[in-house]
Amino acid sequence: MTLLRHLAVAIVVAAIVVVLSITLNQFRDFQIAEVAVYVTAVAGLSVLIGLSGQISIGHGAFMAIGAYATALLLMHLAWPLAGVLAASAAIAAVAGLVLGVAAARLRGPYLAGVTLMLAVALPALAFRYPGVFGGDQGLSVNINTPAFLGSTFPLTRWQAWVASAAALITLVLLANLARSRVGRSWRAVRDNEIAAALSGLNVARLRVLAFVISAACAGLAGGLLGITTTLVSPGSFTITLSIALLTGAVLGGLGTLPGAVWGSLVIVLVPTYVTDVATSHGQTTTVAANIPVAAYGVVLIAVMLLFPDGIQGALRRLFGSAYNVRKPAYNARKKVPE
Amino acid sequence: MQEFLDFTLGGISFGMIYAAIGLSLVLIWRATRVLNYAQGGMAMFTAYVALMVINHTGNYWAGFVCALAAGVVLGAVCERVVRPSQGKPPMNAVIVTIGLLILLEGLAGIFYGGQFRSFPPAFSEVGLKVGGTPLGVSRNDVFVAVAVLAGALALAVLFRYTPAGLRLRATAFSPAVSRLLGIRVGRMLTLGWALAGLFGALAGVLVSPSTFLYPNSMDSIFVLGFTAAVIGGLDSPLGAVLGGLVLGVVLNYAGGYLGSSLVPVFGLAALALVLLLRPSGLLGATTSRQV
Repeated sequence: MTLLRHLAVAIVVAAIVVVLSITLNQFRDFQIAEVAVYVTAVAGLSVLIGLSGQISIGHGAFMAIGAYATALLLMHLAWPLAGVLAASAAIAAVAGLVLGVAAARLRGPYLAGVTLMLAVALPALAFRYPGVFGGDQGLSVNINTPAFLGSTFPLTRWQAWVASAAALITLVLLANLARSRVGRSWRAVRDNEIAAALSGLNVARLRVLAFVISAACAGLAGGLLGITTTLVSPGSFTITLSIALLTGAVLGGLGTLPGAVWGSLVIVLVPTYVTDVATSHGQTTTVAANIPVAAYGVVLIAVMLLFPDGIQGALRRLFGSAYNVRKPAYNARKKVPE
Repeated sequence: MQEFLDFTLGGISFGMIYAAIGLSLVLIWRATRVLNYAQGGMAMFTAYVALMVINHTGNYWAGFVCALAAGVVLGAVCERVVRPSQGKPPMNAVIVTIGLLILLEGLAGIFYGGQFRSFPPAFSEVGLKVGGTPLGVSRNDVFVAVAVLAGALALAVLFRYTPAGLRLRATAFSPAVSRLLGIRVGRMLTLGWALAGLFGALAGVLVSPSTFLYPNSMDSIFVLGFTAAVIGGLDSPLGAVLGGLVLGVVLNYAGGYLGSSLVPVFGLAALALVLLLRPSGLLGATTSRQV
């Protein structure tokens, strides 16, 4: 029943995306693809932080792994696109497994430190091995619209479709996972590790599993980013990207999948929108280039102070009585005084 | 051997800058359990203040003092911005500090522009010599190390021997009990952030001669300062200094012997190694795990 409902929502959203991508111009198509890329990664991160209670400030690293895997597979093997993306997600999942096992003993800020450093260190390897990874220039991703869509079908629309389809599939899978035994176990571990262990849950394995799944999502998102921008270079995977993912997850509402969509919309659309406003008011270029940055910072602070449970939390409080009154995850949590 | 000595001394000098950033993070973490991601942005902003003052007055030390004062004020202001997110889900404070970082970088871009600016060193950057053999460090490098060490020492004295330090420690230990004993806890938190702002400003002024100054100039320094604090154990100021030293020396060896492209990888390796052996850092408290 739940599976059917999730599928139905996904099909409705897919129909909306198709209509939007046909009616809007190429730049908007690119933005749709960009939002879909972020949704894929942010949803995985939101599950990791919100459900399993582990933090990662370095999810850009897994995106980099997925993106380079996609670029290399498309370059050297003539696999179908879906196969390449699945393989990229799998490769990132293996990296997530390694990190999850290595970081199993780490908590809170210590885990944050390791993941942050990972996001800084990994792109450096691209400079170290320019023969494989193309160094500073990066690798170009060869992608064309498939023949059955006709020769006039715009590439940006195809990219938007691929990215949106992948994002929706990810969301449906994650939604079902979150409501399954695994999702419930994650919540138990997050809320009280010792009680969860006493109830027979394998805490270590559950924590690692969360990292694996969330890394797979980020890897898939990285592959999609490569396909959308047709370029994979170290410059795309800075700490700024990792921080944007974290921001999207928290702004939207941790542990909620609709929240991942709201968060992604904010981190993609707000900077573009403010830039448009600033330039249309005839600001000089230096100021116009920096007003969006400052405004974005203000938006982050304001949303967090006004809506402590993120956008989805605020929406739930507004419309909560109509359907699904669930307490925000953190209220159930015992406040531990330090 | 000569090379080894050069790399070691240079590493110590850079390590002290990571230590200063690490110290500022530890100060805030101990008092409020918040990791201040805006610390790099605060340091960058105060370095701009210093540069403006130096350009106007032509006096380095006027700029130096103004930067430290600006750091204190900025730290106190940031605390007031972050405070309402306390007691909410723990990630909220993180995002508020990230918002502050982005806001500060945007404001720096608006006021000062995005171009790289050179920043004057306090003392000559010509390498020192002992009996004809070059040491690989300059008078300025020595000043960097001495300034941070003196600051750390002053901090230790403040914490251990002054009434304000006792109140700060009590607040970090138990805010509820401290409040019952009549300590103005909110004021202590502001003071803690102000002290952290001071150390951030110190790091910003000291590192800017070697990195140039631009709105993102402190990003990588912040990451390494954070790493230093984590290596040392986030609860321990001494650990931050130790972590900064370890990291500075390790990274300087990696950069010197193996090339600069691998420096971040070795940073990660050093961090991973320390945390594998001690999950709460070198000097962190190992016992308490939140249940």
